[in-house]
Amino acid sequence: MEFLSGHANYFVYIMLMMIGLYGMMAKKNLVKKLVGMNIFQWSLILFFVSIGAKEGGTIPIVEGAHGHGAEIVIQASHYVNPLPHVLMLTAIVVGVGTTGVALAVLLNLYKKYKTLDEDEIIGKL
Amino acid sequence: MDHSQLPILVVLIPMLVSFVIPLVGIWNKKLPFYMATAAMAASLLAALGIMNQVLQQGPISYRLGGWAPPWGIEYYIDHLNAFIMTLVCFISVFICIYSRKSITQERPGKEVHFYCVLLLLFTGLIGMLVTGDMFNIYVFLEISSLSAYALIAIGDEKAHFATFKYIIIGTIGACFYLLGVGYLYMATGSLNIHDLSTLLQPLYGSKVIVVSAIFFIIGLGIKMGLFPLHTWLPGAYTHAPSAVSAYIAPLMSKVAAYVFIRVMFTVFDVSFSFENLPIMEILSWIAAVAIIFGSIVAISQSDIKMMLAYSSISQIGYIVLGVTMGNREGFIGSVLHILNHAFMKGCLFAIVGAIIYRHGTRAIERFGNLHRTMPLTSAAFAVAALSMIGLPPTAGFFSKWYLVLGAISAGKWVFVVVIMISSLLNAVYFFRVVEHVFWKPKSGGTDLPIERNEAPNSMLIPILVLAAGILALGFASHWIIEMVIGQTVPAGIL
Repeated sequence: MEFLSGHANYFVYIMLMMIGLYGMMAKKNLVKKLVGMNIFQWSLILFFVSIGAKEGGTIPIVEGAHGHGAEIVIQASHYVNPLPHVLMLTAIVVGVGTTGVALAVLLNLYKKYKTLDEDEIIGKL
Repeated sequence: MDHSQLPILVVLIPMLVSFVIPLVGIWNKKLPFYMATAAMAASLLAALGIMNQVLQQGPISYRLGGWAPPWGIEYYIDHLNAFIMTLVCFISVFICIYSRKSITQERPGKEVHFYCVLLLLFTGLIGMLVTGDMFNIYVFLEISSLSAYALIAIGDEKAHFATFKYIIIGTIGACFYLLGVGYLYMATGSLNIHDLSTLLQPLYGSKVIVVSAIFFIIGLGIKMGLFPLHTWLPGAYTHAPSAVSAYIAPLMSKVAAYVFIRVMFTVFDVSFSFENLPIMEILSWIAAVAIIFGSIVAISQSDIKMMLAYSSISQIGYIVLGVTMGNREGFIGSVLHILNHAFMKGCLFAIVGAIIYRHGTRAIERFGNLHRTMPLTSAAFAVAALSMIGLPPTAGFFSKWYLVLGAISAGKWVFVVVIMISSLLNAVYFFRVVEHVFWKPKSGGTDLPIERNEAPNSMLIPILVLAAGILALGFASHWIIEMVIGQTVPAGIL
């Protein structure tokens, strides 16, 4: 039980990831595949954000330290790690870009085949 | 002249030019082509400058914004990156010159955006090569992949479905790579490649590191198109516009292969990659299957682009096989094959594009009498095909020679047999095309005199340059290995 609660974030991200993978593999509708892909990407983002978090940690801003921060002793364990969060900003942008390109492709597919069902499209190829 | 800023310029020039192109394209539709070519040529010059610097002074470390690594992003260039970067720039310039007529015919009116996205793709590839930061590699990987999705999607009528498949599978690959980075970050708190390689030393027993190595292999395997993760590759290469195929096929999978080499031999060290895990053993068997599988499937294709795409899968197998052999000859063979295969596949796909431009067909059985209508193109095809088969003095022979040497000194005779069989299979499917090009008359053809109808000069010259390059690389291979590739072999590989 302790193992479960101590690693809750990992279980959540793996579950989301598997849901995403399932969506990409099993769904016949291409938009649902795309949604699966998004869930897959967002699960990673949750994973990264969660590894930056610390119990009892606060936002990584040292108050009043501007210009003379050297005098203040900083305990790193009091602050959450901002780096994974910053990385994920980039990953979110990448995710948005991927979704945009994929939606544009789907739009063209729909215009051409009047359907988004994978089997029907393969049949018409 | 101050050379210290070259590592950033090589990425920055194409990126900024690609942002300007859509604006310029509003009032002039012709200029973007020249701008793109000029930007790539500028990058080529910068890459040559870097190459020169690396050869003379050893690896370069460039601090982005002056922040010291490991906190800031570091661009780290040693012999391996400098070499592949020069290669990518060189092929890019010529394929870019080549692309103008082809894309104007296949996708009229799209030139402006085509060159914008092509430059972004180029930026992504170069960025992956110069950077010394794991997360930065991911960002550039996605920049290049997103541009590649867009470029492939403007292809023929089946391109959209192939692109969608590529988007889904490619995103899974990139996400697995990102997961690997995340696990390494969890274990070490660093993203800098060289910082990681020292921080990881005491941690090799940890399961987190092993899992992250596996994530990297799967993610980069997808991006490389390594069998059995190759399913996106044939469709994407086949249905893309011919200029895009000629650009993507030689370069994208090679750069992913570079990242694979970098991760397995610089981030993780050789002892981890070969001893802690049986993964290299498994990978070399997978690569052997990829070589045979790609060659056999290529034989059964009637569409030449599909045939070349499957042949790419088998060539990726060679590259992976060489590095996983774990000895000096094998590694040299792999890096040399990255170079040779980029030239060969660039040349072959460019030739196919020229044939499509003039004759509008990619069906192999309709290539009859091509040597009369397009003699120079056919000659270039023969050179590239001989090189793919691996006949001396073409370049393909030397990389295969080193791969065979590597397999022998690793004591893996099976792989020697695999390389030999695959060369025979290559001969089967390339001679089938050569037979149609040089000996078979056009099916249902009449006895009308056949007019010479060579590809336009802007397409023909890049093809001939690449074909001449194949021959030149064959003659210069000893020198290239001495000068550059010999230095790329990571410490620990004997």
